[in-house]
Amino acid sequence: MCLGIPGKIISIEENDLGVRMGKVSFGGIVKEACLAYTPEAQVGDYVIVHVGFAISRLDEEEAQQTLEMLAELEEVAAEQGESLTYILQ
Amino acid sequence: MKYIDEYRDEIAAQRYVEAIRQTVTRPWTLMEICGGQTHTILKFGLDRMLPREVTLVHGPGCPVCVTPMELLDKAIAIASRPGVIFCSFGDMLRVPGSHQDLLMVKAEGGDVRMVYSPLDALKLAQQNPDQEVVFFAVGFETTAPANAMAVWQAQQMGLRNFSILSAHVLVPPAIEAILNAPGNEVQGFLAPGHVCTVMGYWEYEPIAERYQVPIVVTGFEPLDILQGLFMTLKALEEGRREVENQYARSVRREGNVQAQRLIQQVFEVTDRAWRGIGVIPRSGLRLREEYAEFDAERRFDVAEMAVEESPECIAGLILQGRKKPPECLAFGTRCTPEHPLGAPMVSSEGACSAYYRYTREA
Ligand code: SF4
Repeated sequence: MCLGIPGKIISIEENDLGVRMGKVSFGGIVKEACLAYTPEAQVGDYVIVHVGFAISRLDEEEAQQTLEMLAELEEVAAEQGESLTYILQ
Repeated sequence: MKYIDEYRDEIAAQRYVEAIRQTVTRPWTLMEICGGQTHTILKFGLDRMLPREVTLVHGPGCPVCVTPMELLDKAIAIASRPGVIFCSFGDMLRVPGSHQDLLMVKAEGGDVRMVYSPLDALKLAQQNPDQEVVFFAVGFETTAPANAMAVWQAQQMGLRNFSILSAHVLVPPAIEAILNAPGNEVQGFLAPGHVCTVMGYWEYEPIAERYQVPIVVTGFEPLDILQGLFMTLKALEEGRREVENQYARSVRREGNVQAQRLIQQVFEVTDRAWRGIGVIPRSGLRLREEYAEFDAERRFDVAEMAVEESPECIAGLILQGRKKPPECLAFGTRCTPEHPLGAPMVSSEGACSAYYRYTREA
């Protein structure tokens, strides 16, 4: 139910009530979404869409940091003379 | 960056498992609140990759599962009326009520439709001015902005034939109910990333403080979950009891302020019964008085109903993380996705359906 899927905004418009709407591409499948809750999001940005509503604009820097945390773990382990990768053999 | 594949890298996952292995020195029990996370855990077998010391129990984060049977019976009563188009997310259609489910109502000629968004229901109301369109507004905080927007737009457009049946539930009171339950064994939580995308995580700080539990806001991909688990276990081992944010690419501490504003304009907090758990004070949302005309419960005046739960179903224990689905005597025999006895076997986020789908052949 709380499923939210990242997609890329490809166009932005307003509906009759002045609500911010847009088209969002999910790996090529394009759907309409309400963008009223992500006023800062622009064409080309990734948003999390849940039941037809963008609920956040994804932060690329933070996304990178999540992935880089692993690299840091590795460094710490290396300093301690241990390897995290031995189980991969 | 596509925000999906990067978080499914198997080698990275193995490294996290190893990091967890090196961090953990004694047994810990953690709960993931969200049913979506439960499914990722079972689908990718994350629970089986973890060291023996770590026990994962599954939380109540399946809105379909916790919708009380009485509300479901009301939905069924409304959907059975002539002139009503009853709209719901697909998962809700097969959840058994006392005597029927919504699909049976449809088979008997009721106009029951599956929609992807509450805005689809709104469109149906515009296109069918002579019929009553009712949307079954089930969900956690994640879904509340969508339903608030649908109601607000209906009011702006002066739509007289649209209403919602609100079954909205809130996560923080449920966490407190779990922590307050006698015999609670949960020592740390993965908080649901999309609920916190909407609400932020400041609400969780007093809980972490009061109950001395670490809470890590966590995303939904396998690497997110492993990282969330790693952060929670590290905090436990180091004696830190605070809120941390693993899912920072989507979640900010204050949450989505625009969304919160419309939720507060349209809804107010109310006591809510959770299926299998009972009433949790201030754990749900109902429409404010100013929007009462859009409240299906008032519009259709559905009376209080006596409900009949399946005597075999232990959904309440499952939803509180006190039992796992295979411990239910009906699991996989008298209760299957084709013939569910309880909601957790139906919903795509229910723990019973996750175990049924991913663990039986193993
Ligand atoms: S397996 Fe079926 S009967 Fe048992 S708890 Fe789950 S939903 Fe209920």
